[in-house]
Amino acid sequence: MPGIVSPGFFGRRREGGQALPPGQYLVRDFPVLSAGPTPRVNLDTWEFRIVAETGEQRTWDWKAFRALPAVDVTVDLHCVTKWSKLGTAWRGVSVDVLVEGIETNAEYALVLSYGGYTTNLPLRDLLDGKAWLAFAYDGSDLTPEHGGPVRLLVPHLYLWKSAKWVRGIDLRTTEQRGFWEQLGYHDYGDPWLEQRYSED
Amino acid sequence: MARAAVLGRLTWRVGTLVSFRDETAVARTVVFQIPDWPGHLAGQHVDVRLTAADGYSTERSYSIASAVDGDLVELTVERLPDGEVSPYLSQVLRVGDQIELRGPIGGWFVWDPEVDSPALLVGGGSGVVPLMAMVRTRAQLGSATPFRLLYSVRDPASVLYGPELDRLRSDPMLEVQYAFTRQTPAGYSRPPGRIDAAYLDEFGYSAALRPAVFVCGPTGFVETIADLLVAAGHNPHRVKTERFGPSGGSS
Repeated sequence: MPGIVSPGFFGRRREGGQALPPGQYLVRDFPVLSAGPTPRVNLDTWEFRIVAETGEQRTWDWKAFRALPAVDVTVDLHCVTKWSKLGTAWRGVSVDVLVEGIETNAEYALVLSYGGYTTNLPLRDLLDGKAWLAFAYDGSDLTPEHGGPVRLLVPHLYLWKSAKWVRGIDLRTTEQRGFWEQLGYHDYGDPWLEQRYSED
Repeated sequence: MARAAVLGRLTWRVGTLVSFRDETAVARTVVFQIPDWPGHLAGQHVDVRLTAADGYSTERSYSIASAVDGDLVELTVERLPDGEVSPYLSQVLRVGDQIELRGPIGGWFVWDPEVDSPALLVGGGSGVVPLMAMVRTRAQLGSATPFRLLYSVRDPASVLYGPELDRLRSDPMLEVQYAFTRQTPAGYSRPPGRIDAAYLDEFGYSAALRPAVFVCGPTGFVETIADLLVAAGHNPHRVKTERFGPSGGSS
């Protein structure tokens, strides 16, 4: 329950009555947010690596990655900076495909990106059809500013969890905070619970 | 790298508008008194929440423009034609009115006065707001850290904080260089133009000085400047960016 009413503020009501998470507003464009310069990742040297807590590793180069089965997904995006974009169309590889058969007791994942970005989330939030490694947006190759060549897509959490320029996932038995999480952002980041900052 | 984390729960606070001043035809600085404000770092922002009489509410983020000043916090709000929140904050809100805010937020795009490496600040349009908080904080502390502010702005009438920057640049360690993109002041030595590699080479710090770099502006501006700086040899980890303004949807 908000505390005070702002006199004279009416606001813009939702078009079509679509529900958005609390505190979010709808955009039609696709804003770009990142903490530093956009890394330029060469497909000849690109690789993606999953490392389990046991030391077991799996690595894909670009060719091997693109040979994996891919799916089209249409999802809503919610950024912690308050904008939401509905019905975005992506193509990518389900994380389920990548981790299939890996033996692990890990409960946490630390996602690693080219350029040094990291983010943490529970491993279960990457599984069971909830997360993808996306390489195309709206029918075209993913551009560098939106995280190309490959970004993580975890649309049920705030978008900073959907790491751009992704290069690997560490499966961990303990939680290690990522870039924004160390700076006070939420470890989980459920937009419907408005978990923006660490104690929300 | 010192990291200033947001500590503890960020609760919504009630801020009372105590004064305002128009910076340009479309930008107004609004000064809020926020009881128990914990202080902030230069470059941080606040979340603002507005609630209508029927319970509808919406939130936006705004950079803090001011240095720490007790329980006073200044935001500079540029009115966006289709905005939901910016017209209210910049035109409707009266002295004595209250809104909800929480913060300070963000520990990455902040200037750390303990670090004595020079700071290169590159702002586009209203992206200068958090950079001004850095310039003001530096002045408040009497810091001798070399600062260069490169300020890309459409025309002289759109400049934010012009008289104050003129005053502050009497400090020889603070250099302010404008890049007027559409129209220059009368008699200005350079033709209108955007910041490019040659401009950064002439007015920026060389990568060899290992400056802390802060770039804030619309997405296209930030992408361009950050790419140029990396191409000029700046370590990407020392180039901090913040996107700002209407590219995030009308606010």
